[in-house]
Amino acid sequence: MEIFGIPWPLMLSQLLLGLVNGSFYAMMSLGLAVIFGLLNIINFAHGALFMMGAFFAWMGLNYFGINYWAALIIVPIVVGVFGILIERSMLRWLYKLDHLYGLLLTFGITLLLEGVFRSFYGVSGQPYQVPALLSGATDVGSLMLPNYRAWVVVASLTVCFATWFVIERTKIGSYLRAGTENPKMVEAFGINVPLMVTLTYGFGVALAAFAGVLAAPIMQVSSLMGSNLIIVVFAVVVIGGMGSIMGSILTGLGLGVIEGFTRVFYPELSATVVFILMGVVLLIRPAGLFGKEK
Amino acid sequence: MTTAAEPKSIVEKERKMGIALEIRNLQAWYGESYILQDMNITVNQGEVVTLLGRNGSGRTTTLRAIMGLTGARKGSIRIGGVESINLPTYKIAHLGVGYCPEERAIFSSLTTEENLLLPPSVSKTDKGMSVKEIYDMFPNLAERKASQGTRLSGGEQQMLAVARILRTGAKLLLLDEISEGLAPVIVQALSRMIVTLKAKGYTIVMVEQNFRFAAPLADRFYVVEHGQVVETFAASELDSKMPVLSELLGV
Ligand SMILES: Nc1ncnc2c1ncn2[C@@H]1O[C@H](COP(=O)(O)OP(=O)(O)OP(=O)(O)O)[C@@H](O)[C@H]1O
Ligand SMILES: [Mg+2]
Repeated sequence: MEIFGIPWPLMLSQLLLGLVNGSFYAMMSLGLAVIFGLLNIINFAHGALFMMGAFFAWMGLNYFGINYWAALIIVPIVVGVFGILIERSMLRWLYKLDHLYGLLLTFGITLLLEGVFRSFYGVSGQPYQVPALLSGATDVGSLMLPNYRAWVVVASLTVCFATWFVIERTKIGSYLRAGTENPKMVEAFGINVPLMVTLTYGFGVALAAFAGVLAAPIMQVSSLMGSNLIIVVFAVVVIGGMGSIMGSILTGLGLGVIEGFTRVFYPELSATVVFILMGVVLLIRPAGLFGKEK
Repeated sequence: MTTAAEPKSIVEKERKMGIALEIRNLQAWYGESYILQDMNITVNQGEVVTLLGRNGSGRTTTLRAIMGLTGARKGSIRIGGVESINLPTYKIAHLGVGYCPEERAIFSSLTTEENLLLPPSVSKTDKGMSVKEIYDMFPNLAERKASQGTRLSGGEQQMLAVARILRTGAKLLLLDEISEGLAPVIVQALSRMIVTLKAKGYTIVMVEQNFRFAAPLADRFYVVEHGQVVETFAASELDSKMPVLSELLGV
């Protein structure tokens, strides 16, 4: 079977690849949106924290014998706590200032983190084995579906939608939504907003680390893996707009898929299609597809 | 937890004397602007006190300063005997204070009911009003509980802003211009509400532009000018003070 002269299996495999990439975009831009909403900080360090997640998984396995499944739980917690320390010691002083200060500081943190990992491990990638349970592929008729990639999509979407649910449908989420709009008023009701801010940053960072662990068996674990990803993720955020949780998830996924199809139909463009879309969106809807116009 | 550093005796004494709010030599800034110059206000438990003054005299700032929402503050603000001048805003609320701001601050990302349920309980002993009591008092809110908070009409938003601090168990209410821009029927409903709350023992500090709304409700009045109290009198003195008032406020 063919569509526009493209064999069906090729199409499906690119769709899956697109969904995998889209899952990473979704998790990363979701974290950025949640952090930006409450902290007013554009967390440039998000990519470096993703890289740290992947590296910690690799180090855990190679130095301490911590397996993939344990790493999936432990690493986000450890990196999340690291994020909390960053928030408490540095970010906290910048909230009243222009976005630019937060961006510059987190950019500095990125350089620092990448520098540390580069000086120990160089720039070449470290391999990370796909966990035994998920190695191999499943025959789904017209396509051999790689188990691990399918797992990445399922795991990230579960985490993304759980996050959406908590924020949009629960009491705790209503604090977060209200705090994003008017933190001072929420605090005047007796809610410990400074603590909420710290935990939110910790959560956003843990989400990046979780994505990092998921990525370890697919991408090479290297000090630069975060920078490569974060550039595209920022474009995703510009396209989606910072306004909405569901918006970040859908935009992330959608752009991954668009990238995948571009790879099928016009491979030369696949690396740039996201940026072209970003330009188009900026011209038509500067606040982004889901963003609120000021 | 917040009373740990307080000498117990003072807290006890002010409780016994029944002072809900005691503001002494309060100064407050917005950045570089020096707004409250020397505020002194005492509110007894169960009293309704109204702050009068011209536009820009510093009444909203006084309420915001009580909540710790201005820039720097100096002086003393004791709430139920507890010194709050150095407390963070969220701890001030837990001294049993409910604040209804001038701009209403209804959250657009929350439904009406979520807005209503947002403020947590601020008192271990007082339960405050139940959601049912509130819906009985403001049927509009019950009808529109699933609507986005900011889709309510101005008057409904005003009701919501007041209603949401009534279920927290706060016994000291700071109400900033709650009658502003409302239809006479709703203003009357709010008057009745204040009377009811007073009968229940609430302490209320109101900022009002609408003198005819405030006059029959308040036990005492403070007139604020340039961030200072320039005149204070009891409700019984209202008639004899009218000439002074009309000069100060132009009413
Ligand atoms: N955020 C702010 N930054 C700087 N100055 C402010 C700020 N808010 C208020 N002011 C100034 O503080 C002074 C007192 O304002 P405030 O809002 O307390 O007045 P008000 O008595 O409530 O008057 P109104 O009837 O207009 O509400 C005014 O001169 C105002 O310009
Ligand atoms: Mg005012």
